Amino acid sequence: MPEAVIKIEGLCKSFGTNQVLDHFDLSLFRGENLAVLGKSGSGKSVLIKCIIGLITPEQGKIHILGENILAINQTALDQIRVKVAFLFQSNALYDSMTVRENLEFPLRRHSFQLNTDEVNSRVIEALQNVGLEHTIDMMPAELSGGMRKRIALARTLILKPEIILYDEPTTGLDPITSLEIISLINKIQEKYHTSSIIITHDMKCVKLVAQRVAMLLDGKCYAVGTYDELSESTDEKIRQFFN
Amino acid sequence: MLAIPDDFKSFLRETGETFRFVIRFFREGFRPHYEVQEFVRQCFVIGYKSFPLVALTAFIIGLVLTMQLRPTMVKYGVDVQIPAMVGIAIVREIGPILTALIFAGKIGSSIGAELGSMKVTEQIDAMEVSGTNPFKYLVVTRSFACMLMLPILVVLADAIALFGSYLGVNMYETLTFSLFFKKVFDNIAYIDVIPAFIKTFFFGFAVGIVGCYKGYYSKKGTEGVGLSANSSVVVSSVLIFILDLIAVQFAELFQ
Repeated sequence: MPEAVIKIEGLCKSFGTNQVLDHFDLSLFRGENLAVLGKSGSGKSVLIKCIIGLITPEQGKIHILGENILAINQTALDQIRVKVAFLFQSNALYDSMTVRENLEFPLRRHSFQLNTDEVNSRVIEALQNVGLEHTIDMMPAELSGGMRKRIALARTLILKPEIILYDEPTTGLDPITSLEIISLINKIQEKYHTSSIIITHDMKCVKLVAQRVAMLLDGKCYAVGTYDELSESTDEKIRQFFN
Repeated sequence: MLAIPDDFKSFLRETGETFRFVIRFFREGFRPHYEVQEFVRQCFVIGYKSFPLVALTAFIIGLVLTMQLRPTMVKYGVDVQIPAMVGIAIVREIGPILTALIFAGKIGSSIGAELGSMKVTEQIDAMEVSGTNPFKYLVVTRSFACMLMLPILVVLADAIALFGSYLGVNMYETLTFSLFFKKVFDNIAYIDVIPAFIKTFFFGFAVGIVGCYKGYYSKKGTEGVGLSANSSVVVSSVLIFILDLIAVQFAELFQ
């Protein structure tokens, strides 16, 4: 059985009386792309933010690379975060910095041993991966939506993470740009052997990138399987996503 | 039993949260590691870039104050005391309070809007997930930079305002530069200068921490960014006056 790089057990999170996650269980295995499907407002983004430590759940365990991140201190969490990258739905590029500075920011804070040339080559490599070397000195405001998404993707790659969490990577993009992002996600997995969780409700994205699909329904992991397995399911709740 | 109005409850809640924010500032601000590079950059942005505006207003105030005072002083035959009077007014009150208010308008609003915008576009979250403590990087550096830069700006503003006053005096009579400043400094004691200087650290801190608090907890999308910028200026300006009142009472004890 492949090694689980993320293992979530009995995760519970509520906001007031709204129980968003209710004893949610899920595992991400090394080298796989796992898509988490769910309706809008079903708690997908809450789940991914719990995994990265931006939201603290009330109950449960989240093991990342063997460490329960809910039971470690901030320094240890920051060390794990170096190995786990997060692609925000809104891209979250620092708009007061150029593309180069955006990419250098995590690098300069975590890779102190790198000299200027090495930092520069890492930035160029990340930009080459997304095909946007020419934007290096541009500001995020000068880029199109698709370009910003690709720069955000380049920034997630800069520390060469083992795990990447994608929050709705194709939302708000046109079909052609969506396909480009999907192809980049696959290329990244192939090149860097990363393991990824992709939060989405874009079925084309799920079909093209995910080796396994998990369905988040009523706060629980309702079903897990391959795209084909779930698409052939007779369960009405599952079928409604595939119709 | 009398019910507490919702507005008052919300005021108390906000005050409590602000105090918690200030406590967190001191806890995180003195704990390594220190964001020295960002602090220096913020000192440049906050101090150097505010200087032209502060200098212009200080010069005009010094000049106008002298011109406005002159007719009354001449009427009572004490126009020779204009440098002393303007000097005391500028050093003790006008310089610190005017500079602090301009600083609140320019820097407080800019910090509130910048952090507010970073909050609603998830840039603060992005910083956190990249393993950087956003509170240290954004809040501690800006608040310390405000605390350090405002006193420097006030000293410069005082000097420029006095220079404006010197020009104002020379529009009606000839008074040498050295004699003007001799008259100013002969009438200013340490007890005038030191409390006025010390209070500017508190003014700077108030502007920085309020701007950061309003921006860091900005809500309601882009509307919230505007609200953060606006309330940063309003709250920090009111705080400056309250702190000034306290500082004057405190300084009285030593006179």
